[in-house]
Amino acid sequence: MTYEQVIALAMLVSLVLYGLSAGADFGGGVWDLLARGPRAHAQRQAIERAIAPIWEANHVWLILVIVLMFTAFPPAFGAIMTALHIPMTLVLIGIVLRASAFVIRKYDVRSDALHRRWSLLFGVSSLLTPFFLGLSLGALGSGEIRVIDGTVTSGFFAGWTRPFAASVGIFAQALFAFLAATYLTADAETDAGLRDDFRARALASGIALAPAAALVFMLSRAGATVIFEGLTEWWAPLLLAATSSCAIGALLALWLRRYALARLAAAGQVALILIGWGLAQYPHILVPDLTFQNTATAPRTLRFLIQALTGGAILLLPCFVLLYRVFKGSRAGRGYQPGD
Amino acid sequence: MCRHEPARGQAVTDLLFARSQMAMSLAFHIIFAVIGMGMPVLMVIAEYRWLRTRAEVWLDLAQRWAKGTAVLFAVGAASGTVLSFELGLLWPAFMDVAGGIIGMPFSLEGFAFFTEAIFLGLYLYGWKRLTPRMHWLSGVMVALSGLASAVFVLTANAWMNAPTGFDIVDGRITNIDPVAAMLNPASLQQVIHMTLAAYVATGFAVAGVHAFFLLRNRSSMFHRRALAAALLLGAACTPLQILSGDRIAKLTARIQPAKFAAMEAHYRTEAGAPLTLGGVPDDEAMETRWAIRIPGALSILAHGSADATVTGLEDIPRDEWPPTAIVHWSFDIMVACGFTLLVLSAWAASSAWRRRALPDHPWLLRALVAASPLGFIAIEAGWIVTEVGRQPWIIYGVMRTADAVTPMPGLVVPFTTFTLLYLLLAVILVLVLSRQFIETSPAPAAGSTTPSPPAESSR
Repeated sequence: MTYEQVIALAMLVSLVLYGLSAGADFGGGVWDLLARGPRAHAQRQAIERAIAPIWEANHVWLILVIVLMFTAFPPAFGAIMTALHIPMTLVLIGIVLRASAFVIRKYDVRSDALHRRWSLLFGVSSLLTPFFLGLSLGALGSGEIRVIDGTVTSGFFAGWTRPFAASVGIFAQALFAFLAATYLTADAETDAGLRDDFRARALASGIALAPAAALVFMLSRAGATVIFEGLTEWWAPLLLAATSSCAIGALLALWLRRYALARLAAAGQVALILIGWGLAQYPHILVPDLTFQNTATAPRTLRFLIQALTGGAILLLPCFVLLYRVFKGSRAGRGYQPGD
Repeated sequence: MCRHEPARGQAVTDLLFARSQMAMSLAFHIIFAVIGMGMPVLMVIAEYRWLRTRAEVWLDLAQRWAKGTAVLFAVGAASGTVLSFELGLLWPAFMDVAGGIIGMPFSLEGFAFFTEAIFLGLYLYGWKRLTPRMHWLSGVMVALSGLASAVFVLTANAWMNAPTGFDIVDGRITNIDPVAAMLNPASLQQVIHMTLAAYVATGFAVAGVHAFFLLRNRSSMFHRRALAAALLLGAACTPLQILSGDRIAKLTARIQPAKFAAMEAHYRTEAGAPLTLGGVPDDEAMETRWAIRIPGALSILAHGSADATVTGLEDIPRDEWPPTAIVHWSFDIMVACGFTLLVLSAWAASSAWRRRALPDHPWLLRALVAASPLGFIAIEAGWIVTEVGRQPWIIYGVMRTADAVTPMPGLVVPFTTFTLLYLLLAVILVLVLSRQFIETSPAPAAGSTTPSPPAESSR
């Protein structure tokens, strides 16, 4: 493997982990927005409990993708941020509003009317941010953003204003909502009613994923030819089979109330989808002009970066294990309060 | 390098909005970044005292400080994300050149931030799930990784002032050495100066809040302990910060004479140069009117000798001058804040020494309340000095800011959006935090919302 391949892989791994962790945090916000029924309040509390201790750590995966991109592939970073200035700015506004609404709602002294307003802001920004993220990812593969001699020549609306990009955005929303609901069924161990609420939501959003995925695939034929062709490579049927078994497996496990299994299958499904996207687009970082190879910086920087990644991974892994064991492990009780 | 040739006037306006948006984002984020560095130190001190003495008041203090920090840390994380994107959204050509050279410290900062976020989660939500010692260690990890983040980010900023670790051959960057870039001549001084600034600013801001409550009720053990811990941090770091300021000024005089001349509003190159305080710099007449001058002091400040020659702006090409007035006034404001805090530190320390007790003279408490924002004002002013003082360069001597800006038109829109967003957030945060503090403050009659009321905190 070359240096740039190692770093491209690290970026993909970070993106997958971002999807699996922060993606579910976004999805949680969506279910907060859609909380209803007699247990609406309990649903919101369960979501808050699930997200609060881990969301900031989860969010850092996105920052890692960004810094890896600008360190290892600086011209690609410049070009992508220029061409996608508008949707990226919308992502940022979403990130700021969501984080602020979440913590302010959590820590402000209780008052129902205010609480509802923060909830609304938290929910809406959780719903919209993944849409703009998906839109931007879709635009990278559209082939409409052109970079000639280091200059973006296709303007500020290319790629992301097309139906294909929009379909990726919608797919991302549905996928994260499904992931979150599935995780929440596994989290809500002691409350059968709450568990059924999230099970119904997981099943509904899981089924809704099928047409959303089909739409992305259909639109990719014209809207992202490189990706469409990638998805017809030799490995594609294998990947498709694995992804579908995860998807069907997750739904079956939910139906049979095997929640731990459902969580695993749903996570596998999300990971495989992102890996499939990465493989289909490789070696392009921005279709068609920029590849990982033709935008890579000096080998010396790449080598140091790989060393730093290795060291960082060795340092971080035990910390992450600790975090998740303390808050998500089987012995982790419920009902923490800061300060109790 | 992506260059673009839009209409001239529009390009100038967009450059101004890009700079304003970056400045505003940095000015907003730096407050939360500083609190994220300083507060964990205070929390760790308080919890350490609790572990040693088992006096509930210390635990109560650590927990209340943690609550406020949680909100501010989240806003800091989000506004920091905005900055990492804005590097590309606003300065794509800069990142194109600099990414491979200084992306490295940013990547390392990513790992530090990961550690910080993980242990902050453990700290904030793990009071009951971790053993007291593990919990305290999580706090120590938050403080250490916050410090590490700052070190890495400052290294990257220092490189913009003292670019090293590459060669330019035929206008192209080659021989990139990211480690040499991180070890540039400005790194160490900037790291020391900003780290101390964070501790001074947090210490005095927190001291001011608790001094305010002590003025109403001087016997509150809660606020007395809080003031003691905050003063300890702020007053201990302030004299060190003044020394660091002297070192960094000498460094600037050596490696960035244009910035130094603008800081001091110093136009004429001369030996035995006077120090110019205040005044109105006039670039056309090349003189600073209505200023106080201390003979020979600038030469001492710059080169450690009263008759050393100090380069004035007259020896800098006119198109490489930073905006003199802004840089000079910001510098003077920073220094004035620093020396005010030094006087306060000395007052508090001597009073504590004489009485062998917490200094709680009403006039000292009033002064602390009034001085509460000075550390943050100094930080904002100091960043204006370093960033505006580097203009017109984005990479000193290598790349001009005007050549780095995005070709994106209409930058007034994101600038306005983010300004309104941050203003709104600032107002809301002040309201939320003051309400939280007042409603949960353990004054005798206040209704506490915490489930575990501290045993003997308020009497």
